[in-house]
Amino acid sequence: MKIVVTVKQVPDPNSVTTLEADNTLARDKEVVLDPGDECGVEEALQLKEAHGGEVILISMGPERAKDAIRKGLSMGADRGILITDAQLAGADALLTARALAAAIKTESPDLVICGTESYDGSTGMVPPMLAELLGVPQLTTAKKVEVDGSTIKIHRQTADGYQLVEAATPVLISVTAGIAEPRYASLKGIMAARSKEIKLIGLGDLGIDRGEPAETVEGLAQAEMRKAGVIIQDDGTAVDQIIQVLVQAKVL
Amino acid sequence: MAKILVYAELNQGKLQPTALELMAKARELGDVEAVVLGAGAKAAAETLGKHGAKVVHVNEDQAFDDFIAEPATDALAALYKAQMPDLILFGFTSDSRDVAGRLAARLDIGLISNAGDVDAKDGGFVASVPYFGGAKVAAMRANKKPAIILIRPKSFEASESGGTAEIKEIDASIGADSKRARIVERVVEASEKVKLEDAKVVISGGRGMGGPDNFPLLEALAGALGGAVGASRAVVDAGWVPYAMQVGQTGKSVRPGVYIAVGISGAMQHTVGMKASKIIIAINKDAEAPIMKMADLGVVGDALKIVPALTAAVKAKKG
Repeated sequence: MKIVVTVKQVPDPNSVTTLEADNTLARDKEVVLDPGDECGVEEALQLKEAHGGEVILISMGPERAKDAIRKGLSMGADRGILITDAQLAGADALLTARALAAAIKTESPDLVICGTESYDGSTGMVPPMLAELLGVPQLTTAKKVEVDGSTIKIHRQTADGYQLVEAATPVLISVTAGIAEPRYASLKGIMAARSKEIKLIGLGDLGIDRGEPAETVEGLAQAEMRKAGVIIQDDGTAVDQIIQVLVQAKVL
Repeated sequence: MAKILVYAELNQGKLQPTALELMAKARELGDVEAVVLGAGAKAAAETLGKHGAKVVHVNEDQAFDDFIAEPATDALAALYKAQMPDLILFGFTSDSRDVAGRLAARLDIGLISNAGDVDAKDGGFVASVPYFGGAKVAAMRANKKPAIILIRPKSFEASESGGTAEIKEIDASIGADSKRARIVERVVEASEKVKLEDAKVVISGGRGMGGPDNFPLLEALAGALGGAVGASRAVVDAGWVPYAMQVGQTGKSVRPGVYIAVGISGAMQHTVGMKASKIIIAINKDAEAPIMKMADLGVVGDALKIVPALTAAVKAKKG
């Protein structure tokens, strides 16, 4: 089974987002492989271990996004493709999906695995767009994946439980971060990843242009922030103070 | 008048709350039509009429209930070509996201996702979207027609405006090539005593709870207060509690009278789902956690000690 996993390099979710004076994101912070995508890579590796095949990582971003791909390769993925092009800076979800779709089509995979949404953009729109552009069905928000010949079955997370959903390959799956605990790269894996291929391609190679973005940012305003209230150290009176608030709010 | 089309999400015959929330906003923006697909669509259409839809496009084909996204995308693409609306509104829910994404790609127009509001401006539409981890709000103008905008649940309050919708059948034949991702079975796991979305008090736990074994402490407090228990994405991802309990961008949006965040740092992912709560109480070991900056009362301390003591105090107070 040939599996493509889409991966994204994002600012480390464990560091605090800071803004420069001109409202752009501070660029000096740590970047990491999106933790949700790490789970996607893990799921792909487990499927490969059970059913054989190849795991290819595809990313889009600046050249340093090679580091995110390298991380996945050190976990055990076979090779990587990075779509990198100055024209892609600030790409919206549709442009991202168009570029990824064009690159994925050159591989004709049986399975495409995406995270449900990225940690930074959080639009969650790339998986369904990508499925449409690839012309394949979408099995979304999977918390479990089973392979039965050419049929893929997933547990699709819902508000009150899950749905059992199935489709025949080729198919796109978006996975929740809870689907699999990502493995640590072994020293051997890290060494092996150094010699694995990461192919760099540009928009011209894919035969697509930037197009018009779906939206234009007309203005940025400070988000309506709640005013900070009182912060107290629990010196034994905290419970009483919480009770007072609950009484004032008329829930007690 | 601008032509607004609301995608009224139906789940097994039940109109989803976002449908009527979107209707309340759509009425302010122009002439509203709605589209509702699947078994029960005609009954739902009557409700949508009372909420201001002049026309409701329906189709009760079983395929809409049985297959993910593709049949609905076919119907919406056909409806778009016939009606040419200026704006299509979706709720930012799992099922609606699946459909909106496919539709935006098929029409090659893109969309604006995760908006908290939308307004008509200079002949087009501008949506408010959280930016840079929620510290800023961006005014995003939709450049394409139709504009497709997805709006988070609970952004607007549903209200009846009176009226009766004209019901029109959508002429959509769903081919076999769209019947691919089949829902074989639906499994209900959650047995919520008090519905999270409706609870007057919500007590949510995060990583600071230490582990799943400590969540019964929150259940006990919720029981004493007549509230419901929620959770952060981090602990749902870690498998401590089911997704049904997740509060936040990818989970449920709540706005209770009191929200008690226990061991939750307060990432944007979480706060967009609860910051509209009337009163927020945070209990956290870290005085610098972002949640402390938005809480009406922030308590720096050990949640595992404070929560049981609080439960006992609530019970004593109630007598």
